[in-house]
Amino acid sequence: MKLTTKLLAATAIVSAGAAGATELEVMHWWTSGGEAAAVSKFAEAWDATGNTWVDGAIAGGGDTARPIMVSRILGGDPPAAFQFNHGRQAEELVEAGLILDITDVSEAEGWADIITPSSLLDSCTYDGRVFCVPVNIHSWQWMWLSNGAYAAAGVPVPTNWGEFVSTAPALREAGIVPLAMGGQSWQQNGAFGVMALALAGKEAWLAVNQDKNADVVMGPEYARVFEAFGAARDLSTGLNVQDWNQATAAVIDGSAGAQIMGDWAQGEFAVAGSVAGTDYSCLPGLGEVALLDTGGDAFFFPVTGDPEIEAAQKELAALMLSPAVQVSFNSAKGSLPVRPDVDLTTVNECTQKGLDLLAAGSTVPAGTQLLSPDTVTQLNDLMTEFWSTPSMTAAEVQQQYSDIIADAD
Amino acid sequence: MALAEEASRTTTRTDAAPVRRPNRWLKNLTGKVAMLPMILTALVIFLGGTIWTIVYSFTDSGLLPRLRWNGLAQYERLWSSRKWLVSIENLALYGVLSVILTLFIAFTLAALLDRKIRFEDAFRTIFLYPFALSFIVTGLVWQWILNPEFGIQGIVRGMGWETFNFDPLYNPNIVMYGLLIAGLWQGTGLIMCIMLAGLRGIDEDIWKAARVDGIGTVKTYVVVIIPMMRPVFVTSLVLIGAGIVKLYDLVVAQTSGGPGISSEVPAKYVMNTMFGGQNLGQGFAASTMMMVMVFIILIPWAYLEFGGKKRG
Repeated sequence: MKLTTKLLAATAIVSAGAAGATELEVMHWWTSGGEAAAVSKFAEAWDATGNTWVDGAIAGGGDTARPIMVSRILGGDPPAAFQFNHGRQAEELVEAGLILDITDVSEAEGWADIITPSSLLDSCTYDGRVFCVPVNIHSWQWMWLSNGAYAAAGVPVPTNWGEFVSTAPALREAGIVPLAMGGQSWQQNGAFGVMALALAGKEAWLAVNQDKNADVVMGPEYARVFEAFGAARDLSTGLNVQDWNQATAAVIDGSAGAQIMGDWAQGEFAVAGSVAGTDYSCLPGLGEVALLDTGGDAFFFPVTGDPEIEAAQKELAALMLSPAVQVSFNSAKGSLPVRPDVDLTTVNECTQKGLDLLAAGSTVPAGTQLLSPDTVTQLNDLMTEFWSTPSMTAAEVQQQYSDIIADAD
Repeated sequence: MALAEEASRTTTRTDAAPVRRPNRWLKNLTGKVAMLPMILTALVIFLGGTIWTIVYSFTDSGLLPRLRWNGLAQYERLWSSRKWLVSIENLALYGVLSVILTLFIAFTLAALLDRKIRFEDAFRTIFLYPFALSFIVTGLVWQWILNPEFGIQGIVRGMGWETFNFDPLYNPNIVMYGLLIAGLWQGTGLIMCIMLAGLRGIDEDIWKAARVDGIGTVKTYVVVIIPMMRPVFVTSLVLIGAGIVKLYDLVVAQTSGGPGISSEVPAKYVMNTMFGGQNLGQGFAASTMMMVMVFIILIPWAYLEFGGKKRG
């Protein structure tokens, strides 16, 4: 009897402790140096509220992490929160009723007014209800140029795609590869998306990616893009690298002229000690059409059925968007904050350009928000085949691209 | 009278039968109970899982499995996909060359070791050692060795032969051979050991008889020893075959399917569509086709192997 009482008392103490400080397990795939530093900002802020952040990092990137998270959720042992790219990746989990509806938090915090661009909140919204918290903005539409490489070739640093192509022979003569491109399919398809937006214009790009209009793919605007992409293929021969950061490294050391890559590449320049404006230049939208897409990361909160955890999940959701956390997280991550009413302490020339574009509303939704992962995978496969098969013509790839867009859901 | 006797004898025989032969199912009961978990595992996990996969390959399941029938659409898309066709071609090329070369190299090495050479243990360890490494490590090591800047090509060029060209992992036409080299390096050691064990099982008298008859060493191996080692070859073949069908991690580590899609393999197609593309239905259709391919190879072989014995 005595023992039972003791045990009961112990249980009571433990549960009382839990009521004050809820443990939330948060799963994500941010494991590189800068990413881990950024996550720790979230963890510190959460621990400061008296709760406990249990870190569930999964190494190996989104394609490895997402199936693990999904199987945890389906298996009835969901984490309290998990990271996805916002957009269509979690669509089916929401449809199946596995994700917590956080519309009340969104309304209480006035997310509809503070989140800019509003498309970020839209991609968290399914049937009028909010299911995720967008935490940062990453955009693809950047070209990074090595000032050193252009100085060595004796030509001025290009300010748009046309100049880049016309100065390429000078770089070749100096033994420099004009365009650095990694061997992974997402890089090639991503670069194509950037070129499509820059060379075919916003209207055509949206017609293809948003309205899935296959006729536009076969039209003259896109034909130009495929021709240019075929030409870019020739500009990249001579550099055999796989990962995007190896390609960025070639731009940093001046053995390559330029790279088309998202703003996360700036992290590599920062680590190498390069200075924007003097060591490298950046061209948003390839210097042609200055528009940024607004992809990024978002946190989802699975349904647990435990009211205590649910309250803590909503508290965490609100915390992630609070101004102080937005600044500390995005400064460490190298991404842009989702709310314009915060000041990033030190921004370089390139980040400032990005912020200006966001402030001016020159944005489009990200490809991952518009296309399903299935379609993205098919396009990745097609573009990487084209990139590594010199005998494949622009007309062939154009036809196959339009077939995939026609089938897209 | 005789008829009645005959009849009564028959009745006694039928009456006696249950007594002499107890229920066949209850015979050796403890053994069968002990086997039950394994039987259930085989039925539920292997057979059940297989049937489930086939059923869901006719649906349009995305991230989550759902029973919404889609007819043969997944299969139509699969067989019109360039990536899938390239995967099949690659696997066929890798498979045929891998079987032939592994058996040839492994047998040659085993025969050489069997000639009572000095330091046999050391050589055996060296040849078997790569097998202790995972495919991921093997893939990475060979990725570096075959890297044109740091690997073989770089070294040979550094020695002064400036035009030397050897970059299989970056040439779509020969990338499968780059994978094959790594696969052989990793897998041949084990098969060699199995072959060596088989060779040690050959009676010394066979060799003596061959020597008395004046048959040369090589000819003895080819004409006498190899036919005697048939079971060893069958075991090796099964092991090599299983390795070929599930070829995945080596590709991921070495080329991740590149350049372009020129080194894609079916298992990678399955993984990519299921988890990268969040399209379970397509992945299930591809894995079903993989199973069909295994059966196409396995059934004629099993028929020859086991059907032949019955006739003999």
